[in-house]
Amino acid sequence: MATEAHGAEHAAESGGLVFHPMDQFIVKPLFGGDTLAWYTPTNAALWMGLSIVAIVVLLVMGTSRRAVVPSRMQSIAEMAYGFVHKMVVDICGKEGVKFFPYVMTLFMFIVSANFLGLLPLSFSTTSHFAVTVVLAMLVFLSVTILGFVKNGAAFLGLFWVSSAPLPLRPILAIIELISYFVRPVSHSIRLAGNLMAGHAVIKVFAGFAALTIVSPVSVLAITAMYGLEVLVAFIQAYVFTILTCVYLKDALHPSH
Amino acid sequence: MATETHDAGQAAVDMAHGAAESGPGMPQLDFATFPNQIFWLVVTLVVIYLILSRVALPRIGGILAERAGTITNDLAAAEDLKARAAEAEEAYNKALAEARSEAQRISAEARAEIQADLDLAIEKADADIAAKTAESEKAIAAIRASALESIEAVAKDTAAEIVTALGFKANAAAVTGAITERMKG
Repeated sequence: MATEAHGAEHAAESGGLVFHPMDQFIVKPLFGGDTLAWYTPTNAALWMGLSIVAIVVLLVMGTSRRAVVPSRMQSIAEMAYGFVHKMVVDICGKEGVKFFPYVMTLFMFIVSANFLGLLPLSFSTTSHFAVTVVLAMLVFLSVTILGFVKNGAAFLGLFWVSSAPLPLRPILAIIELISYFVRPVSHSIRLAGNLMAGHAVIKVFAGFAALTIVSPVSVLAITAMYGLEVLVAFIQAYVFTILTCVYLKDALHPSH
Repeated sequence: MATETHDAGQAAVDMAHGAAESGPGMPQLDFATFPNQIFWLVVTLVVIYLILSRVALPRIGGILAERAGTITNDLAAAEDLKARAAEAEEAYNKALAEARSEAQRISAEARAEIQADLDLAIEKADADIAAKTAESEKAIAAIRASALESIEAVAKDTAAEIVTALGFKANAAAVTGAITERMKG
């Protein structure tokens, strides 16, 4: 996140307000050096690792006592479990339960990465298209393959709206087909876009804090944006997960 | 991220990826970082999946199932205890009613026994009284008879004395006959 020292340093250099709202998203090697090979440990890798740690602390260490009357941490772990489990069962039906671990993996990764990204000086892995596109393509490809494996050619019925009048059906089929392929695009850009925009806006407000007159307003604005970002962090994880469930339902029951 | 290494590394990184970026563009569109991020993302997802599917989810599912089982058992036990309490109350009421009827029976029996004893005693007393009465009547009759005899004897003696006093020799047989005659009169 933004630090005033950073902004002031730049301001001193160029003699004015200088904003670097996107600098927080730069991926760089963790231990110095200029080369960025595919295996280099980067800040992105660090914060992904920290999200694993957060998940282990919450879901594994939090439940280690297996208490019938749960502690706070165990309550949260159970709530997360119940939240995603209910979502999968409600949308996909009983058949969807065997995909629950995959959906839970997605949800837990996104929600923990989003919240870790809200820490000062952290790095938001889920604000990168490289991450969200991979997540969305994983969902898209697995749902498409699953649809054809389970239903065969009947999966194409997803595009043939049998409740519409016959002349309209080919047109609707084209629209459905386009919307089907747009799914991973909107699925990934929604998540990364929301995260990136919120974090960039906070950074811009932080840049304004270098001006003494507006700094109180700036601090208030950062506080307000931060509150909004806390909401967004959860809601975007929820939206990503529920859309995954909806796509999964299409693969399991392709008829309209 | 604003770290100390940032500014030093910034120029170099910018230069390294300058070709892919158009000036200070979005780091998100710096495709040179994509293989790295995708690699680490896949590692992260696999690790999270393994942790969740092997450890966390079975454990939490087990805890929830166990809790549901405990609650069901407790409810069943409460139901059972309630039924037993109702049973005990019923048994108590039954015992109470039995005891009450038993008490009534015993008191009725006692009353009947006492009545019988009383009747017997009264009968016996009546008989005693009758016997005594009869005895007394006999005694009275005897006394009356002896009194009559005495009167006869006194009358004879008196009559004989009166005859002697008048200067005649008293004839015992005639006196006795006359007295007996009179007494009958």
